[in-house]
Amino acid sequence: MGKFLLHRFVYLVVLVVIATSSTYFLAAAALNPRSNFEGRNPPPPPEAVDSLLDGLNLNDKTPITQRFERWVRGVFQWNLGDTIDSGSVNEEMGRRMGVSLRLLLIGSILGSLGGVAAGAYSAVKQYGIPDHAMTFASFCILSIPTVVLSVFLANSGATLNNAAGHRIVYNTGEYTPGLTEFSRAGIADRLQHLALPSLVLLLQGFAFYSRYQRNSMLDVLGSEFVRTAQAKGLRRSKALIKHALRTALIPMGTFFAYEFALIFIGSIFVEKIFSWHGMGEWFIQSIQKNDVNATAAIGMFVAVLVLIAGFLSDVVTVALDPRIRRS
Amino acid sequence: MDAATQSRSRLAARRFMRRRLAVLGLFMVLLFFVFAYLGPSFYKWKFEDQNYTSSLQGPSVEHWFGTTQNGGDMYALTMRGLQKSLIIGLIGALISTAIAAVAGAAAGYFSGWTDRAIIALIDLLLVLPGFLIIAILSPVFEGHTWHIFVLLLAAFQWMITARVIRSMTLSMKEREFVHAARFMGVSDWKIILRHILPNMSSFLIIDATINVSSLILAEVGLSFFGFGVQPPDISLGTLINDHWQSAGTENGYQFYFPAVLLVLLVLSVNLVGDGLRDALDPNAKVGEQR
Repeated sequence: MGKFLLHRFVYLVVLVVIATSSTYFLAAAALNPRSNFEGRNPPPPPEAVDSLLDGLNLNDKTPITQRFERWVRGVFQWNLGDTIDSGSVNEEMGRRMGVSLRLLLIGSILGSLGGVAAGAYSAVKQYGIPDHAMTFASFCILSIPTVVLSVFLANSGATLNNAAGHRIVYNTGEYTPGLTEFSRAGIADRLQHLALPSLVLLLQGFAFYSRYQRNSMLDVLGSEFVRTAQAKGLRRSKALIKHALRTALIPMGTFFAYEFALIFIGSIFVEKIFSWHGMGEWFIQSIQKNDVNATAAIGMFVAVLVLIAGFLSDVVTVALDPRIRRS
Repeated sequence: MDAATQSRSRLAARRFMRRRLAVLGLFMVLLFFVFAYLGPSFYKWKFEDQNYTSSLQGPSVEHWFGTTQNGGDMYALTMRGLQKSLIIGLIGALISTAIAAVAGAAAGYFSGWTDRAIIALIDLLLVLPGFLIIAILSPVFEGHTWHIFVLLLAAFQWMITARVIRSMTLSMKEREFVHAARFMGVSDWKIILRHILPNMSSFLIIDATINVSSLILAEVGLSFFGFGVQPPDISLGTLINDHWQSAGTENGYQFYFPAVLLVLLVLSVNLVGDGLRDALDPNAKVGEQR
């Protein structure tokens, strides 16, 4: 079991290294930091631009492999380089990771847990009214692009506020400046800001996971070991949870791993519509500003996220599947 | 087409027609095509028309979906955008399913190094989210046609399907008809294209249909940030990008018309995909029980 996990871990690390390097090369080749200075009036002297770009390791006159070498050396010293505005990528990333984490945590966890529970329930009561309602709802939600869902909920929030006559939820920003962070008012204010964006993530996670969990649970429910468990005299609920659900969770691990990158992509839209200043917004800005180092750092961030999720899903698989554990 | 395949496809067609929602979806998709491609020729305004004297007018008999800030006609613009979204979804889905079929079947059939290389490529592309890579590459295809964009979208869509096709090929290549073909001296690629892939045609058809809606959604997402379809081209994504801020105002129609049509389109394609799955896949649970 340890050997299996170690093997998977090494494989995933290799993938992350290749993915991050490819992101750097693609970004360095496709983005053109020099063009940021070309439009200026009066045009800055070429020597000044060159020396500035050299300092940031962004000069396109330096061969790309040399720039990559310098970047990698920095990464090994825990330094992801400078942003195009001569700030530190590390600092900016640290700040924005916190924002994204606060945005994503509640919505995605509640969404996936709720989705798994609802999907399993829905499969057990197949063709019941709750099953039909849930299947239909998740089918509809999965057909709505994140942008449209976010805009729609942001507006519903405004309508709700108007109807109530006072502010219940906010639809822009992370918090109201000026409040003490850990006071009761401060926390309530943050929750008011968090409600709508979390709802977007929650709905989408719920729709996605309930759909797959329902299918995977249906596959398992017909199998003989569940019938055997019941025939042995186990209570139905116990047979369903300990034998059926446990097996049905195994394929979900893989989905979870790949969905993790998609949660980040979804957060790009949510951050844009609800004006949060997290990693997603930074990604868009970095590309628009031709900021190679920041873009590569975000690529690395996402690859590491997928690595963690992938490894977690392997651990879960090992924990749930005795066949792998023994080998 | 011999009698057996004919009756099989007729059986599938009959099973599909029995699913009312799927038929409704198909009808809607056809309607979208008719409206997007024929609609504009029976309509008074063209999408490039700009009439500054009639800016920001709500929906009326004159302008069905209202007008934009510049006096452009929202209905003409939306139909134009719908055309692009439809064609991108359709072409992209076909390309992506074709890549998945060839790569997956090759990996399963040849095994050894071909297999390992394709699996590694699939894993790598699954770690690199397509959205990020296409966004990073967007400055390169800026100003070019949308054809490169479609290719890129398809290039990041095929991986999971290819995995399924690989495992299907693994079991299929041990079947007698493949052995027979091989002993008769039929070349490997011919076996793949003539014998293995046609045997999974129902899976490929279902996959291509589902891909249409994923690609439409991906197109909208990328175009929303200006990383996809570029002006002067218009797609539903660029329209939503242009007008989403009007959503809460009295001019919200500018956002809601393209957005609601988009949701309806994706919903219809998904309904067709679901119906096809039930009609074509003999193992589908819903199909069995009805």
